[in-house]
Amino acid sequence: MTDKDRLVPDEGLAPASTAVPAAGTLEEFTKPPQSQWREVWHQFKSHKGALYGGLLFLVIILWVYLGPLLWDLDPTKIDIRARNQGPSLAHPFGTDQLGRDTFSRMMAGGKTSVSVGITAMLLALGLGSLVGVLAGFFKRLDGLLMRLTDLFLALPLLPLLLVMMLLFRDPLNAAFGPEQGIFILIVVSIGVTSWMPTARIVRGDVLAIKEREFVLAARSIGTTNTKMILRHILPNVLSPIMVSATLGIATAIITESSLSFLGLGFPPDFPTWGRLLFDATDYLQQYPERVFWPGLAISLTVLSVNYLGDGLRDALDPRIRGR
Amino acid sequence: MKIKSLLLGAIASTALAPAAMAERGSDGTVNIIYWQAPSIMTPYLSGGTKDIEASSLVLEPLGRYDPDGNLVPFLAEEIPTVENGGVSADLTSITWKLKPGLKWSDGSPVTSADPVFTAEYCMHPEGGCAQLSKYDGVKSVEALDDLTVKVTFERPMPNPYGPFMGAQSPILQKAQFQNCLGAKAPECTEANFAPIGTGPFVVDEFRPNDVITLSANPNYRDPAKPAFAKVNFKGGGDATAAGRAVLETGEYDYAWNLQLAPEVIAQMAAAGKGVPVSAFGTLVERIEMNLTDPSSSLPDDIRATREAPHPILSDLRVRKALSMAIDRNLLTEIGYGQAGRATCNLVPAPARYASPNTDCLTQDIEGAKALLEEAGWKVGAGGVREKDGMKLKLLYQTSTNAVRQDFQALIKQWWSEIGVETELRNISGSVFFGGDPGSPDTFQKFYADVEMYANNFDGTDPQAYLSMYRCGNEPKPSSQWQGENINRFCDPEYDKLLDELARTGELEKRGEIAIRLNEMLTKDSYTIVPLVDRGRVSAHSNTLGGVKLNTWDSELWNAADWYRIK
Amino acid sequence: MLTFTVRRLVLAVPTLLFISLVLFLLLEFAPGDPMAQVPLTVPPEVKEKMREALGLGQPAHIRFWKWLVQFFWIEPQVLVDHIFGTSFSAGDLRVISWQTRSPVMDIVIQRIPQTLWVVGTAYVVGVLIALPIGIYSAYRQYSWFDQTGTFVSMIGFSVPPFFSGVLVIVVFSVNLGWFPSIYDTTHKVVDWDSFMIQLRQMIMPVMVLALQITAQISRFMRASMLDNLNQDYVRTARAKGLGERAVVLVHVLRNSMIPVVTVIALGVPSIFGGAIITEQVFKVNGIGQLLIGAIQANDLPMVQTLTFIFAVLIVLFNLIADVLYGLLDPRIRYD
Repeated sequence: MTDKDRLVPDEGLAPASTAVPAAGTLEEFTKPPQSQWREVWHQFKSHKGALYGGLLFLVIILWVYLGPLLWDLDPTKIDIRARNQGPSLAHPFGTDQLGRDTFSRMMAGGKTSVSVGITAMLLALGLGSLVGVLAGFFKRLDGLLMRLTDLFLALPLLPLLLVMMLLFRDPLNAAFGPEQGIFILIVVSIGVTSWMPTARIVRGDVLAIKEREFVLAARSIGTTNTKMILRHILPNVLSPIMVSATLGIATAIITESSLSFLGLGFPPDFPTWGRLLFDATDYLQQYPERVFWPGLAISLTVLSVNYLGDGLRDALDPRIRGR
Repeated sequence: MKIKSLLLGAIASTALAPAAMAERGSDGTVNIIYWQAPSIMTPYLSGGTKDIEASSLVLEPLGRYDPDGNLVPFLAEEIPTVENGGVSADLTSITWKLKPGLKWSDGSPVTSADPVFTAEYCMHPEGGCAQLSKYDGVKSVEALDDLTVKVTFERPMPNPYGPFMGAQSPILQKAQFQNCLGAKAPECTEANFAPIGTGPFVVDEFRPNDVITLSANPNYRDPAKPAFAKVNFKGGGDATAAGRAVLETGEYDYAWNLQLAPEVIAQMAAAGKGVPVSAFGTLVERIEMNLTDPSSSLPDDIRATREAPHPILSDLRVRKALSMAIDRNLLTEIGYGQAGRATCNLVPAPARYASPNTDCLTQDIEGAKALLEEAGWKVGAGGVREKDGMKLKLLYQTSTNAVRQDFQALIKQWWSEIGVETELRNISGSVFFGGDPGSPDTFQKFYADVEMYANNFDGTDPQAYLSMYRCGNEPKPSSQWQGENINRFCDPEYDKLLDELARTGELEKRGEIAIRLNEMLTKDSYTIVPLVDRGRVSAHSNTLGGVKLNTWDSELWNAADWYRIK
Repeated sequence: MLTFTVRRLVLAVPTLLFISLVLFLLLEFAPGDPMAQVPLTVPPEVKEKMREALGLGQPAHIRFWKWLVQFFWIEPQVLVDHIFGTSFSAGDLRVISWQTRSPVMDIVIQRIPQTLWVVGTAYVVGVLIALPIGIYSAYRQYSWFDQTGTFVSMIGFSVPPFFSGVLVIVVFSVNLGWFPSIYDTTHKVVDWDSFMIQLRQMIMPVMVLALQITAQISRFMRASMLDNLNQDYVRTARAKGLGERAVVLVHVLRNSMIPVVTVIALGVPSIFGGAIITEQVFKVNGIGQLLIGAIQANDLPMVQTLTFIFAVLIVLFNLIADVLYGLLDPRIRYD
């Protein structure tokens, strides 16, 4: 191991005290003190991965939400004479087995997949972090919450979804219309069935962190539990949460597709990335481009969220900030 | 005498040239893949097609249907008919004669006690026998002598070939199953997994829902057959994988029921390792119209029952217009290719019972529009027709299946062209085809305006099939939503004609009545809108000989004749 | 720690009983019908009779009680009989599957070898690859190794096995012809040659599964290592003159293991649960395929038994994870 190699991790060894950025340059010393969030933002935007990730994510969002305004081919419009076409000016991504335009289907599918992925992930993350922090921090709640987690881990997904569909589909359809209703149902069912790993991971970290000296110190100056959790515990368990977020988005998009082909998802004329990928798998040898586009879209979304998460984590870590 | 036998020998050797060379067990192993894995080796405890077909390698009935739907004797000497005196003139009894000298695979002789026992086994009130309907109307089954069985019916049976005929009701060995009657049936795991049979193979190992290993039956009645010493019967996966294993990689010799898009099959076949084969039976993909109102605003005991006629679909003109807007040829081309034929009939075969009606085959969008205008449905906002403030909007449900979802998309588009708005829904097959009265999504409950699925009938006689549409046989709350008259069709004329069919024994006349009944449901009333006569596509490798695809019986009906092409 | 373990084990009994009740009610309430796969040619009256023969006519609480007795009283007897050749269970009705009409536990035992071969190996391989990747990626954050690792694992995780499985089959079985596309569950490993055949047939499913597992675990490992590499104690350790290898692989790694242990412990029960889609794609017919088949056929005794065994493993491994936390970080106390 050369000396140069050894230096690399040392760069990260900024002092734990955050009051004075010791590793900062003279310029930074002379700067007026900034609010915490401005610093976070400053760090975030100087993080190359975060920047590209965020940019990519923004492009995907714009493409799926605003794209259909520019490219107004109806994704469900069947043109039977133009089926199974390769890429052309009229259909940049080609057409599927019924002559539907793949480009507009990708945008329509993306709208559903991205919204489902992000909302379900946020729900699962919120639930998981809440349960995890509460269980790890309050000893009295630990037993109950963790047994609840065990219960949810043990529930088989499919029958659970069937029951949820049975109970809530019609009331939700009546209240929000068929599309919104099914959206809420899918997001909630994915969220409710995927928060448990996050909860277990967060709890494990919280259990360790709450025994650290700085928590003791904070407690000795009379910090309330709420403050303690928000200021001291949560920021320190952020990195596993971010990883869960990245993996959660991918899982949610894929789960949605498995719901569709089990007949539990969106109506069949509603494209989603997962479903486009699934439908195209049969045509893998004839029309490989058909699996390529949805596969690429899902991967890019997950990648962009991953880099965003990395950037966010680094930006929120006071030891790295200001480096 | 000598010349005759010489001649016969010559004929046999030319007809069976490749097979005649073979002796039992000389061709090694044949690998069969079913993408639905068999769970049990008897058709009596599971009605699943996969189980019926797997058990047909071991268990045999007295007679089977051949690929053309003709009856051929298997364990029986001949097929009893009125002409040869096997069926009584008043159609109330049928007498089967077993071939002499038959042996079970354990070496014991087959006697008439075995069929008698089989009937007792299936008709036991606590057994939950899946093939009970095959023994419908049976009064008694008795052994006249060691090789003769007489089945007596309670009433004249124009089609007396229910018991002991076809893959659904093979003969069980009495010695093996005699302690498995009624409630004890499921406890006989060993017998259910490895029944002793008369068929070409015997079970070596049965792994439920996974693999069955079989080997040649040493006591099979033809000493030269089967050519294969072993069968490796793998289950599981999906149709694509099964097709790939036979057509592209050549790992397997036979793949069952490849429900795949025609271009996918064509691509696989291009690899040159095997050939897809197809044959037609009676399976018809159809749209069923709900004649009752499925609206959720109705109270539960009235919703989707005959007390509440459908506000839109009760009008014949609307139903006809919906049918006219469909291009059945295009549907067939996209969904089934060679394995489908556009049809207007509920009963597409056998020829005697099939109506010549082809009126529906040409799509007529303009005609459909005119018909809707005539019915008072005027184009309103967004191109959707309206009448008396009600929109022409339909909920169209089916089970989850790639081809069905393509059909839904196409039909939705055609219906939108004539001003009908369609909401699509697909439901998991295990819920849709289940009879759970608590679920709103079963096809019997029909909480939708139209639904699409496929159905067929066993054997070659459509009487039971057409009787499903009898008035009063509809699913309703009082019958726990069980019933076969899915559309809630009710026509006294139809019922009268059904009664006549049940009394008629003469085949010509039966054909006429069946055709009339079929037309009353389809072209006269558009209660049922048939779309595609679906054939069966299976595939075998280039080196597997003797395959004759049979849709009237088990696909493996002649596995004894299969051999390896060298 | 011992009293904690014992207390938790005792507490696990009511927890599991409660879970089994919830599972039963859930399955009871879910729409579905064991007759759904019976062809439509079988008339409804016959189907009703078949349902009665399955015992569906009995009230729910009686069926639940029966299952409890069969699973907790009769099945252990069968096991004892099997081991010691006794006959305690003679004549007692075991948990019987509705699809196959045979004892559920026999089928489960039949499925364990292929599940362990494929899913178990994939898990071990996945974890063994993931840990070094995670550690090194964190140690060299934003190096080309880390970037490639991130990229590959993210792609690996976002590509679902229903696609990646088919892709490897098309490439390695159809085009190259290297590996069989269908797993032979009857294959027995007795010597080197048969072991090579086994290896060939399991390599593709293991590859597909291990990719997912590696992606997941290496991400958690990396994140956790990153958190710890910046801690004061690392600087202290280095200042003490401790070797870099000892610092990273002993101090940092040990402190970073808590989330990783959690994830691994969460994953072990799923080895038993099998990999539903991967098993389906490669026709491995392990426990995952058994479960999904049973769910689709509404084979309630089978689903109930499988999910319950699964629940036992979850409770057990989460307990093990909790004990491991205490060993990894002695400050964590449960008492």
